[in-house]
Amino acid sequence: MISLSYFLVFAAALFCIGLYGAMARKNSVAILMGIELMLNAVVINLIAFWRFRTPEVITGQAFAVIVFAVAAAEVAVGLALFIAIYRQRQTIAADEIDLLKW
Amino acid sequence: MTVLHVIFLVTAVVTLGAAVMVVTARNLIHSALWLILSLFGVAVIYGLLSAAFFAVVQVVIYIGAIAILMIFAIMLTRRVKQDVGSIVNKGWWLAGLLALVLFTALVWLFSTWSGFRTPLPELATDVDTIKVLGAALVSPSHYVLPFEVASVLLLAALIGAVVVAWERKS
Repeated sequence: MISLSYFLVFAAALFCIGLYGAMARKNSVAILMGIELMLNAVVINLIAFWRFRTPEVITGQAFAVIVFAVAAAEVAVGLALFIAIYRQRQTIAADEIDLLKW
Repeated sequence: MTVLHVIFLVTAVVTLGAAVMVVTARNLIHSALWLILSLFGVAVIYGLLSAAFFAVVQVVIYIGAIAILMIFAIMLTRRVKQDVGSIVNKGWWLAGLLALVLFTALVWLFSTWSGFRTPLPELATDVDTIKVLGAALVSPSHYVLPFEVASVLLLAALIGAVVVAWERKS
């Protein structure tokens, strides 16, 4: 019988891979991809907890819908920022965007 | 070892493998394509969790919109120089170490929890989950406020993205 542990361990692994991508990669779009993986892991957890612990209460799914909306908003603004920065500096490598560093 | 086990394990291996490729692939377009595979795997996981609505939304929003938007952004911000040199920053080993430690800590934390091995409960067959979810999202006694705030957030992000990316002709 499949149990909650499968999904929790799977989501934890996905989250940590995304975390590594978000922290280690230089390119800003790659960082955003890492963040997407982390958000997906979170939504898996929300839905797994809903399915295994409280299938009669819809709260878990409602929470997941909101996370989806926030993820979409985050990507739209993030990519717009990268395009604006690229236009100014001809780079989106995170270590070269250092205007605020002195 | 049931059919559900096999489907889960195959999906998990494919998804995690694709996720590793996303964070390690040198070519960003390849990264984005692996991301699509990984997101598709997550959609299958939603299907396994009998959240059909989320499986569809995952394909439509994540693969259909977000991944395509990322490919556009990669193509708009390409330059020759970023294909040479390291794709990771100096502290990448620290990031890897932190991710490993976090994974171990999370699994350990979960395994000490009494609900870790909760078996799959039967879903009530007479309840349509999608209908309940839709009703809950617009019901004043449930989640209509977060739902509307999310709508405003999406609108603000839309306008904000246009303003930020606008090329000013001076």
